[in-house]
Amino acid sequence: MSLLATQALHITIGKTTVCSDLEITINSGERWCVLGRNGTGKTTLLHTLAGLRPPDAGNITLNDQPLSHLSRKSVAQHLGLLFQDHTDAFPASVLETVLTGRHPWLGPLQWESNQDLVIAKNALHAVDLCNMEERMVNTLSGGERRRAGIACLLTQEPQLLLLDEPTNHLDIHHQISMLNLLQEHITQNGKALLLVMHDLNLAVRYCNRFLLLFGDGETVQGTADTVLTQTNLERLYQHPLLAVAGPHGTVWLPQ
Amino acid sequence: MRPIALFTTLLLLAFASLLFSLASGSVAVSWQELLAVFTHSGTGNDLAGQVVMELRWPRTMAAFTTGALLALAGGLMQVLLRNPLADPYVLGVSGGAATGALLAMLAGLGSIWLHSAAFSGALLSMLLVFGLSHGSGSWTTSRLLLTGIVIAAGWGAVIGLLLAISPEQGLRGMLFWLMGDLSNTPLPTSSFPVLIIGLVAAIGIGRSLNILAHGEQTAGALGINVKALRSFIYLLASLLTATAVTLAGSIGFVGLIVPHMLRLLGMRDNRLLLPAAVLLGGTLLVVADTLARTVLAPRQLPVGILTALVGVPLFLVLLHHSRSLHGEER
Repeated sequence: MSLLATQALHITIGKTTVCSDLEITINSGERWCVLGRNGTGKTTLLHTLAGLRPPDAGNITLNDQPLSHLSRKSVAQHLGLLFQDHTDAFPASVLETVLTGRHPWLGPLQWESNQDLVIAKNALHAVDLCNMEERMVNTLSGGERRRAGIACLLTQEPQLLLLDEPTNHLDIHHQISMLNLLQEHITQNGKALLLVMHDLNLAVRYCNRFLLLFGDGETVQGTADTVLTQTNLERLYQHPLLAVAGPHGTVWLPQ
Repeated sequence: MRPIALFTTLLLLAFASLLFSLASGSVAVSWQELLAVFTHSGTGNDLAGQVVMELRWPRTMAAFTTGALLALAGGLMQVLLRNPLADPYVLGVSGGAATGALLAMLAGLGSIWLHSAAFSGALLSMLLVFGLSHGSGSWTTSRLLLTGIVIAAGWGAVIGLLLAISPEQGLRGMLFWLMGDLSNTPLPTSSFPVLIIGLVAAIGIGRSLNILAHGEQTAGALGINVKALRSFIYLLASLLTATAVTLAGSIGFVGLIVPHMLRLLGMRDNRLLLPAAVLLGGTLLVVADTLARTVLAPRQLPVGILTALVGVPLFLVLLHHSRSLHGEER
């Protein structure tokens, strides 16, 4: 069963056409990467798929049900979104912030149970923040904040994870460990993810499906072998690239 | 501070402030007499009984209710606008109420008319801002804030105009109303239920408020119908403010500062913060009002002045001692 599918999806922002007649189907176990230049609407696409913004035309279905017919709460039980950037107006501790991920699973007057606390603490442990539960989020470094955001998404336990540049602000070690963590999480639990990333080589290493947004409404999708060609990538980034054989497949270097 | 310890302290403080208010004033009432009045026992001094039950009890309850309403509305408004500087008046509710009240005073109408005029003015302002800020586009925070601030500025001009054209002898009453005044307030028989209903509603949406404080998009992604929630908070906070302003005029400071005091004490969960704000806001205003009618007795001061005089040092002490709780911004 497809976790998420689109039919004839058409999205525009101002005069930019993000995609027209986009048909994608995300199945469990798949790890999608959206690639494109700045300003081609990758974030807008993510927000649209999450139902935070209506598409100009076309349909989105979540577990074969139209997204627009589902309540926000049931959408949030199936689909989670890591935003690209985030600022808090009020102080909050790391644990409190991560616990917000339980919101879609709780009744209106229900308080977070010990079970919820265990889920949140496990997520913090997984992202290597277990000794920072009581720290205020605004005292964390950019990378630590990013990992707290990923922990919040894991706490939400959605079937489909949408991540907008999850490796932003992360050092090399944490980039690899977060992507390993997400990959394991997806594979073990029959989930799926779709992420936006600018690091082509990490994308090749961790994703098995690719969606290229060219910025004029045209899109190309498929596996690395079929779509990550020199022609496609040079057209995508409008920059000459050099392909080098590496341990995890082709490594792309900008010229 | 642990929530239970904090709530116990706040309850004790609230109780102590009520006793302080009932016992203080031009007629000295001893603790024994106070006890006798409330238990209807003993030979209680008749004068003391009358003063306490007919003058001080209604006024004290009105002060507590007003302070509680404002603190609750302030806490809600800060989450709604995601702005720690928001207070219950920022969106113009008090300006509308003041315009209504001043018009009633100018027309020489009685106090019942004054209250209805103030409440109508507040409701009018609230609906005006709500309607205009929707406009044709989406209901964003900055749009709401700008609409509210501009409407408030408009009311400010109208208030200035009314003050300029009113006869000299009416000015003092008008100024007192504008600064907030609790003399001649009746027992808050309708406002107190509004407070209780408002508090229950606020606790009911408490967890959603916590999430909304993290941002509208985050809240949407976590399963909240942001538009409906924000409309509800706006209407609830405005209604609470309108009730408070109708009762006692525009008493400043309480709604802005009380939620922050609690945040400085480490309380961040709105499900606890809002009930705590009700207790602390009520207490602060009862103390301020008692001082307002006793420090320069027989002269009475507008309570709004005293809330600031009591609140500013209290807030600064808290801020000084708990810098680390907020964490330094990077």
